[in-house]
Amino acid sequence: MTLTRREFIKQQATAAAATVAGITLPHTAAMAQATGTKDDVRWDKGVCRYCGTGCGVLVGVKGGRIVATQGDPDAPVNRGLNCVKGYFLAKIQYGNDRLTKPLLRMKNGKFDKNGEFQPVSWNQAFDIMEEKCKAVLKAKGPSAVGMFGSGQWTIWEGYAGNKLFKAGLRSNNVDPNARHCMASAVFGFIRTFGADEPMGSYDDIEHADAFVLWGCNMAEMHPILWSRINNRRLSAPQVRIHVLSTFTHRSCEVADAELIFTPQTDLAILNYICNYIIQNGAVNQDFVAKHVTYQKGVTDIGYGLRPNHPLEQGAGNNGYPGPDGKPKGNPAASSPITFEEFKQFVAPYTLDYTAKLSGVPKEKLEALAKLYADPKTKVTSFWTMGFNQHSRGTWVNNMIYNVHLLVGKISEPGNGPFSLTGQPSACGTAREVGTFAHRLPADMLIANPQHREAAEKIWNIPAGTINPEIGLHAIAQDRALKDGKLNFYWTSTTNNIQAGPNLNQERYPGFRNPANFIVVSDVYPTLSAMAADLILPCAMWMEKEGAFGNAERRTQFWRQQVKAPGDAKSDLWQYLEFSKRFKTDEVWPAELLAKNPQYKGKTLYEVLFANGEVNKFDKAEAARTNAHAWAGYTNDETEAFGFYVQKGLFEEYRNFGKGHGKDLGEFDLYHKVRGLRWPVVNGKETLWRYREGYDPYIKAGEGIRFYGKPDGKATLFALPYQPAAESPDSEYDLWLCTGRVLEHWHTGSMTRRVPELYRAFPDAVVWMHPKDAEKRGLKHGDPVKASTRRGEIQLRVNTRGRNQVPQGLVFIPFFDESRLVNKLTLDATCPISKETDFKKCAVKIVKA
Amino acid sequence: MSVKKEKTTQASPARRQFMLETVRMACGVGVVGLGLGLYARQSRAHPPLAIRPPGAIAEAEFLGACIRCGLCARDCPYDILSLAKPGEPVAVGTPYFVARQLPCEMCEDIPCVKACPTGALDHKLTDINKAKMGLAVLVDHETCLNFLGLRCDICYRDCPVIDKALTLEQRINTRTGKHAEFIPTVHSEDCTGCGKCEKSCPLEVAAIKVFPIELAKGELGKHYRLGWVEKEKSGASLVPPDPEHHYNLPEGMHYDQGKVLPDEAPATPESAPPQHRAPKALKKDEL
Repeated sequence: MTLTRREFIKQQATAAAATVAGITLPHTAAMAQATGTKDDVRWDKGVCRYCGTGCGVLVGVKGGRIVATQGDPDAPVNRGLNCVKGYFLAKIQYGNDRLTKPLLRMKNGKFDKNGEFQPVSWNQAFDIMEEKCKAVLKAKGPSAVGMFGSGQWTIWEGYAGNKLFKAGLRSNNVDPNARHCMASAVFGFIRTFGADEPMGSYDDIEHADAFVLWGCNMAEMHPILWSRINNRRLSAPQVRIHVLSTFTHRSCEVADAELIFTPQTDLAILNYICNYIIQNGAVNQDFVAKHVTYQKGVTDIGYGLRPNHPLEQGAGNNGYPGPDGKPKGNPAASSPITFEEFKQFVAPYTLDYTAKLSGVPKEKLEALAKLYADPKTKVTSFWTMGFNQHSRGTWVNNMIYNVHLLVGKISEPGNGPFSLTGQPSACGTAREVGTFAHRLPADMLIANPQHREAAEKIWNIPAGTINPEIGLHAIAQDRALKDGKLNFYWTSTTNNIQAGPNLNQERYPGFRNPANFIVVSDVYPTLSAMAADLILPCAMWMEKEGAFGNAERRTQFWRQQVKAPGDAKSDLWQYLEFSKRFKTDEVWPAELLAKNPQYKGKTLYEVLFANGEVNKFDKAEAARTNAHAWAGYTNDETEAFGFYVQKGLFEEYRNFGKGHGKDLGEFDLYHKVRGLRWPVVNGKETLWRYREGYDPYIKAGEGIRFYGKPDGKATLFALPYQPAAESPDSEYDLWLCTGRVLEHWHTGSMTRRVPELYRAFPDAVVWMHPKDAEKRGLKHGDPVKASTRRGEIQLRVNTRGRNQVPQGLVFIPFFDESRLVNKLTLDATCPISKETDFKKCAVKIVKA
Repeated sequence: MSVKKEKTTQASPARRQFMLETVRMACGVGVVGLGLGLYARQSRAHPPLAIRPPGAIAEAEFLGACIRCGLCARDCPYDILSLAKPGEPVAVGTPYFVARQLPCEMCEDIPCVKACPTGALDHKLTDINKAKMGLAVLVDHETCLNFLGLRCDICYRDCPVIDKALTLEQRINTRTGKHAEFIPTVHSEDCTGCGKCEKSCPLEVAAIKVFPIELAKGELGKHYRLGWVEKEKSGASLVPPDPEHHYNLPEGMHYDQGKVLPDEAPATPESAPPQHRAPKALKKDEL
């Protein structure tokens, strides 16, 4: 480093002054750097670690450490901006309690389920994992081992974990925490369109005349997209925003209309809108004639509770085993109907009926219906957890499509239903890679023999390797853990002991069940880690090469920028290393190997990863691929395994979607661009799917084709309003809704370690209507006890501020590990998507 | 309270301040003896930067009325109030709080006021939302994240009187062309000066700070009134509206609010496809 004379004198003077004052200053070189020149910091592109918006960031590294980040001014999503969580990205890797060594519960030098955590080597960690996993496989087979991942897995981590379990261990018990987040959106998309993920893109925002938010507080949860919506509103006088919610929140502040409805009645409101559209002749006849079919869904589908729950007893279509052991129907079943029948079905949802049921004033309901019905108004509907975390989550997703399809407002700039995501790669990993218990990559299904066959071909494993049994979804995993049926369990990039529902009665007992061995891969000592038997320390975010896919189908890559602390390793390294511990003979049936003797005696590492495909790019390829960014680039996995692991995995993975409407671009391209929106065909991105001119899969003259369905037509579903699984009664007399605040992301494992964010919102509170507080003799700030049939917590009551809840409802955020609202929540799910309803149960609040 | 009494109580601190400032000026930056130094530091209490508890009467009177008993601090359930110690830039023994460290939690029953035996904290204050401990000012527009276009607005969401004392005023981010900026804006009528915004500002040094109202608030000249405010107050124009105007215009045109428009302008350029019996498009005032 060179110093100018002037700088040198300045430093000497400062140092002299400091010496006199008895102050210690960093040494000269550090001083120079702090004031230093541009070249000191290496800037490279990356993606924000938190939500599904997918803001581009630039990451500044000096001395092997992230010293700063900036919003990427050239990123199309955010153009240099971030929310306040993004402003603190540089700090999330550097909390002072980072996990740096594997930790095993031990007593007297040996594993003990009731022991204390003690550091062990990776070798010891894998030894005990191997021992436990193999013992379970031997005793009970693949149905008793499982993995829980997330929408925060990088694409190749999810892909490798999925492959290890589904192809290697032959267990489909792989599910992501995205099950709690947008499984209902997935099932809604698949049921209506036969293909997952939104048809539109964020560019819809700049084209829409109206925005309707359904159970979605974008002002806090998607702050940058919210600023785009508001820019649109400021720039075009006709733009209107309607917000539907069960309480008043920050997105209501600028809304032209806020519709506060009684929980669960969104189902009725959607049917009312369809009824209005039909009654007022606003159906786009040409569109529905060409592009739509009609189905009526079964209705006695239960609430996804345990089979012995009274609500499940009478449910003839919940799919649970009946007295004869056969499944009781299928909650997703439906039968064809005509438009006339659909019309009759929604006819009872009149304005009077719906207003009375929902508590929304008639004029507001009618204004909303008019918005959708008016052919001149382009409407984009956004939703997140209000729809998805819903005991009728799949239905409510289907029903918003009903509205858009009836008026043909779909798949064109400004017109479309748009399901947002809450995790950075909910789409990119959980959905596209197919890390759900029933899925394979690229919308393929475990239950479909052709899909299994296609996967086996791409994976180059013997026909019949993939287990045809659908695995355990998140809630089923909780129950199986508690019941001792799932005994080896590995979680990663998630904190389900805080985020899962009904913790006291279901998940936590499952973790602590002596029959089970629980491994948690994590970066900080989260509650999940502390509940585990073995903690594996992980590399996070920029400590590994990664890729995320955001809510608008945009796949974005980044290079490994810094090393992980201590012995922390990426999840990818962990899966590959662990796969070396298994031989095919230990995990695949003898007859399978007899038919395919070439696989005998091989390790899963050799079969799954060093398979000639994944390892086809040598170590030097990392430097070649990234030469445009910096000379001699490599990453830790490439160094550890001797080939460019990420590229090999991605190039293999790409084969799943190619030619099936899920095409991804070449690996190298993503390292040069700020993301691409799939399908990427001939290097071109797709902005709007299913429409001629925009979507390369639509031939000239076709106009629109929903090619996820064999007949190219989307399906409207006739589905009714039904009550919630648990509603307030005389004892538990309030609705409990849970969710987030802008300052903290999900369980706060990262944001609560940023002092400024912690200070901004230190503890969870319960927001309550002042009159409800008064009735209970409570003042703002009083400590209270919130209890449900499942548990109780203590926190302070808030009758002011950002959330104004109506009488009869309270809201508690879930970021605070000292005030675990998920002790209170009910594990009722949508029986189709199996996603939990975190928004509705009955709670009692009394003075503590 | 009589006008006369008010005058006398105000006179003495003003005179003292004048004397102190004279002394400070005379001494300059040169030799400052220890005693004088302490004295000068104390003098910085005029006008103080310290934020007083809710209900504190005007600073000059407060200094006279407060008997330094500390009961307000004792009864503060959140231990927010400190009693100034010698050497601090606040009159010794008087209660204050530092918003950046611990802001006022705005208890509904205001126990600090109830505890005050002298009326230095005015017992007439029974609604904490009417408190005027100070006034928040967004001091630094150059570092405030929202001014930069980012989405922080923590101050806004933490404001106990959100949407009244603090609002977000939107404007277009001309640099990105795609995003709106949300400018935090304080409204003195409703700001209680609790300091939550200053405490929670995530910057290294807060961009929004609470100051004593005397320091923070400007004052319009009495010789000028805001026309739109006066009109709103009276509920009608102060001078009756004009009779209808007529204009020289080309055939087939009319004049509306400064715009010349064709008489039979279609409502919108596109018309609905015939098969859609379109309902009326929703207009601004129909909700």
